[in-house]
Amino acid sequence: MAQAAVPRPAVTPITIPVKAILPWAAFAGAFLLFLIYFVASEQGAVALFSGSGVHEFVHDGRHLLGFPCH
Amino acid sequence: MVRNLLIRGMLTGVLAGVLAWVFAWVFGEPEVRNAIAFEEHEASAHGDHPEEEIVSRGVQSTIGMLTGVGVYGIAIGGLFALVFAFAYGRIGPFGPRATAGLLALLGFVTVIVVPFLKYPANPPAVGDPDTIGRRTALYFGMLALSVLSAAASVLLARRLTPRLGVENAVPLAVAAFVVAVGVVMWAMPTVNEIPAEFSAVVVWRFRVASLGIHTVIWTTFGLVFGLLAERVLFPAADPRPDSRVPAAAG
Repeated sequence: MAQAAVPRPAVTPITIPVKAILPWAAFAGAFLLFLIYFVASEQGAVALFSGSGVHEFVHDGRHLLGFPCH
Repeated sequence: MVRNLLIRGMLTGVLAGVLAWVFAWVFGEPEVRNAIAFEEHEASAHGDHPEEEIVSRGVQSTIGMLTGVGVYGIAIGGLFALVFAFAYGRIGPFGPRATAGLLALLGFVTVIVVPFLKYPANPPAVGDPDTIGRRTALYFGMLALSVLSAAASVLLARRLTPRLGVENAVPLAVAAFVVAVGVVMWAMPTVNEIPAEFSAVVVWRFRVASLGIHTVIWTTFGLVFGLLAERVLFPAADPRPDSRVPAAAG
């Protein structure tokens, strides 16, 4: 019965301060959205690189993930 | 703490991507092949030369698709972790596993199901290349409005809970979300560019496979991310209930 020394803190969880999240959300969030852009739309409706190598390489994934492909 | 959650979200995304790739290979690829066979049949019937292959079908259907689904899984996993970091302890008195499960359900409905109902996935050979810009804008517009509606509904539920109690506030907020996205879907233009001769069975199977891929991805987040987040949020104590009994006793 000595296990009460380590209580299970599951009922009232802590919150992570917004100030701690914001820098990560801004930089990592922007980068992650950019990754999605590459899978979803690069060389489709808009293009950063010329040609269609990126489009063709992720072609099947783009279709099956439901993004407008071509 | 946020960094650790982010890393675990992206690791969960790797797992989700690999599982989704296996699912896509089994259920999605046959329909992609059927669609391409239709496309080639149509092209040769019109006397067109077959399109020049920049990336071979073998690459597209294997490492190409793994890259696409994998990068998508990692990116969605990271974003999921960021939303989790914000939602944890704020959407209700839930632990890490329940929070991850609830967020995965909300995310799946908001990010996948709602946009899919208006602008569903289409196999190759469906869609006029000249309208890709418009279709892309409509798809992401629908997605953005769905996410905004969901965020507004969560805020509404939080506002109403002190007055009405959670058992009334949540159903009202869900109803508000359904009405909001319903109005958006009704107002936005319909896109249907499926060729008349295209197999309805292939379209149906392709779309179910697409929804299945996303179900695999979001189920992985809901079930796995909570376990990993638990170890970040409670590093000192192993949160498994039975671990409170000293291992030697067993």
